[in-house]
Amino acid sequence: MTTTTELAVSASGLVKTFGDFTAVDGIDLEIRRGEVFGVLGPNGAGKTTTLKMLATLLPIDAGKAEIFGVDVKAHPHQVRQLVGVTGQYASVDENLTATENLVLFGRLLGMSGKDARAASEELLESFGLQEAAKRQISKFSGGMRRRLDLAASLLSRPPLIFLDEPTTGLDPRTRGQMWDTIRTLVAGGSTVLLTTQYLDEADQLADRIAVIDRGVKVAEGTSEELKTSVGNSTLHLRLSDKAQVATAAAVVEKVTGERPVLTPEAGGVNVPLADADRAADVLIGLRHAGISITTANVQQPTLDEVFLALTGHGTENPENPDRTDIRTDIRTEEVA
Amino acid sequence: MAALISTYAVADRPLKTHPGVGETIAQTFTMARRALIKMMRNPEQFFDVTIQPLLFTAMFAYIFGGAISGDVKAYLPTIITGILAQTALTASMARGTQLREDMDKGVFDRFKALPIARIAPLAGPAVADLLRYGIAATLTILVGLLMGYRPGGGVGGVLAGWALTIFAGWSLSWIFTWLGTVLKTAGGVQGLGMMIMFPLTFLSPAFVPKETMPSWLQHFVDVNPVTLVINATRDLMNAGDLTLSVVWALVGCVVVVAIFAPISVWSYSKKL
Repeated sequence: MTTTTELAVSASGLVKTFGDFTAVDGIDLEIRRGEVFGVLGPNGAGKTTTLKMLATLLPIDAGKAEIFGVDVKAHPHQVRQLVGVTGQYASVDENLTATENLVLFGRLLGMSGKDARAASEELLESFGLQEAAKRQISKFSGGMRRRLDLAASLLSRPPLIFLDEPTTGLDPRTRGQMWDTIRTLVAGGSTVLLTTQYLDEADQLADRIAVIDRGVKVAEGTSEELKTSVGNSTLHLRLSDKAQVATAAAVVEKVTGERPVLTPEAGGVNVPLADADRAADVLIGLRHAGISITTANVQQPTLDEVFLALTGHGTENPENPDRTDIRTDIRTEEVA
Repeated sequence: MAALISTYAVADRPLKTHPGVGETIAQTFTMARRALIKMMRNPEQFFDVTIQPLLFTAMFAYIFGGAISGDVKAYLPTIITGILAQTALTASMARGTQLREDMDKGVFDRFKALPIARIAPLAGPAVADLLRYGIAATLTILVGLLMGYRPGGGVGGVLAGWALTIFAGWSLSWIFTWLGTVLKTAGGVQGLGMMIMFPLTFLSPAFVPKETMPSWLQHFVDVNPVTLVINATRDLMNAGDLTLSVVWALVGCVVVVAIFAPISVWSYSKKL
């Protein structure tokens, strides 16, 4: 039995309405100290709204939230001393240089000018930004802004860090760097609440994941648990001889006990798998039946499939993970 | 890196329930420094406090001087003090639009999330703006002197009028700060600001004697805070007298701040 203060975040029945629209409709969250907790959901699911309520950035309409046992509604000033927030859009001052930004935030946190400059120098070095220290942020790339933003959140060494979609809009390389930074952070003992639209990001970083849809929590668990609950990996096969599709289907059904989904025009056989190990059995079965294949690959469920399974509807999200690269290009252009 | 971004145990940090007065002042000055850096990087912010006093002082003096006071020189004691109040008001109006624009930027999210006094992000730029009011007041007085204005209040009187103008600008800026926290767009703040600025400026003895207006209008002129400031500035600069008008002007300014500073902070924190 965990007491409240052993939890970094304890929220129950959180509600936020904007006019007629209920953005968050009774969400419960319990985040243990030292864990990375992922909140996964499509755009408009209520992830950012939930996080903003916990960070005192939005008033809580109903429900109760505590950060390390401190009531968010009653003691916002105390909560702000415990939480570092890195927003979806970099919350740093465009017209100031990286150093000026960090010194500004350091001074606001009560550091002396000397301490603030030292902390700023140290953080910029850790985040590989020291060469950009004297440049105005308006000349920074998207990835650099995010890193500076995260650096700014760490000035006060908060025990709890909120990361709101830390890699949305970043190119794959910068995204990887951001992930490394977050891992380092966690190794240092921080508790992290992370929101994301990407299943693989939650998978890579989070110990536990809550799936949120239309302001409601629809599932919670480790990434393994979630994937198992959603089902399955899928084995995508393409046969050398399209005429063998029916034979192959029969073989697969015999091995797995389930009917594969066929695309006969392309010679495709898609096999749902209870677990990925079964792929080998299917392939061996086909070999024995003398059916040759041109390609085979096993795919994890996508966020779309997780959503479909959990909510009965798709993400209805134009920004699905497959389109990351396209969107990244658009963002990078904006920055350049 | 690991050592640097490690975090303190929660138990190690005593949590403050609210920011103290000393902290609030320090945070306000830190915010003022930020505003000053931005001002220096964006010299457009000085247009209204440099070009406008130069232009309006010369223009109004030469246009209205003959008609109102017989000749330009006789009009100067009226128009210089009037323009002082007008520029203080227009310069303070910019506070609202700039705050609105600033609040739409990401950095305000961080200010809101930091454990700092809620008034600091509002009061900081207002303190930095003292520089703008100072420039506007200085230029107006200098142009007047060049045009032949010889203030009867002497150096002391002029300095007192100069200081009162700056204080009035700072006080009135809280009205526009409040508008900035209430309205949704910078354009809206600008538009409404104009609608406030024009009646306050022109329904005052800034440019013409009050007695030339219809009597029903004179009632408004009498309670207009800008009138209080103009009367006080005239007493100080043209006569060198510390009159009751000066006291009333100071009281008026303090009342404006006492009303609009708290409701600005309230509306800003509510809007989070």
